[in-house]
Amino acid sequence: MAENSTAWSDVQTEAVIGSLLRLGVLLAASVVLLGGSVYLIRHGTSMPEYHAFQGEPTDLRTISGIVHDALRFEGRGIIQLGLLFLIGTPVARVVFSIIAFALERDKLYVVVTLIVLAVLIFSLAGGHF
Amino acid sequence: MVSKSECMNTIEFTALIFLGSMLAGFLGALTGLGGGVILTPLLTLAFGVDLRYAIGATLVSVIATSSGAAAAYVREGLSNIRIGMFLEIATTLGAVGGASLALHLPTGAIGVIFGIVLLGSAYASRRGGRWQSAEAGPPDRLATLLKMNSCFPTLEGPKCYQVQGVPGGFSLMFLAGIISGLLGIGSGAMKVIAMDQVMRIPFKVSTTTSNFMIGVTAAASAGIYLQRGYIDPGLAMPVMLGVLAGSFLGARLLPRATSKELRLVFGITVALLGLEMMYHGLTGRI
Repeated sequence: MAENSTAWSDVQTEAVIGSLLRLGVLLAASVVLLGGSVYLIRHGTSMPEYHAFQGEPTDLRTISGIVHDALRFEGRGIIQLGLLFLIGTPVARVVFSIIAFALERDKLYVVVTLIVLAVLIFSLAGGHF
Repeated sequence: MVSKSECMNTIEFTALIFLGSMLAGFLGALTGLGGGVILTPLLTLAFGVDLRYAIGATLVSVIATSSGAAAAYVREGLSNIRIGMFLEIATTLGAVGGASLALHLPTGAIGVIFGIVLLGSAYASRRGGRWQSAEAGPPDRLATLLKMNSCFPTLEGPKCYQVQGVPGGFSLMFLAGIISGLLGIGSGAMKVIAMDQVMRIPFKVSTTTSNFMIGVTAAASAGIYLQRGYIDPGLAMPVMLGVLAGSFLGARLLPRATSKELRLVFGITVALLGLEMMYHGLTGRI
């Protein structure tokens, strides 16, 4: 452990990260469960089709489309929103780490963490080279 | 293989997928290998799900279990957040590359690569937690510069370690990221090897830091998979919830389970799934 006695320490960072991860997973699972219930109640007796790949419709591929579908209380849209929360959990962890390293005045790791965040944002933006 | 889902409605299909995913999560937690490695073969070989949908759903469940487990480890002060964050540069870049590669490779080729990785995992699981941890060496300049050397709590008080081989570990992490992005798995075993064997980080710190890293690595490829329509909510829902429930149960049982025999059975299962994935990939059935 770093034994410097600054106001913010690694131990505090670890405690917040632990809570953040738990909260994110819990929130995501609850939303997915809600969406799943809506989906199964409405479409439970139809036939699933997964052995041929068609790709998801465009509204389930983008953040704005997912939010739009979820607000219309569509089961698949709500599930996808929960999955977005799930994907967002590690991203939130990285964002928080930047703040924590800044509070610890660890410039090197602020830069390291910013690089990781940049890669994540690049991916979430579609990953076009 | 003829899809069994042809004669099932969505509720029955969802229930079966949930139970299968729960079993995968349960075994994954008990053996420490994670459920992802058997989930995709289960979905494609037993349920006839297209490989791309299977990879998308598995990837999502990997984020869930990694974040859930990491929450516990981080609090115990076992994982090293600086080592994790620095190596995440390599794994996230690799994951983006791997996911982009997956968009262009034929599914048969991905099936074959998946099979090879499964065989490798089966071999690694044979050795399990009994990897001979390397002796600590003198301080390494790069590791010192990157503030990687640290201590972790043990029953006999804090134990300190000196990190070695940063470039080698970083390279191996990049490869682990590519595999994770390409196949939608956590590739935790490879991450542990990079830290434990190459960087000489204590095994306990390696496994917990690896778990901590898996979520961020998987999130880096999830964005790409989502935008390309690989993540289907109807399939990802029972997979994610099932794996979460299974791994939660597995973690509860962990102290009481005799994992040696279980590891062997799991290893053999993984190897057989690997052979079957390769066969299906080569014969163009995936």
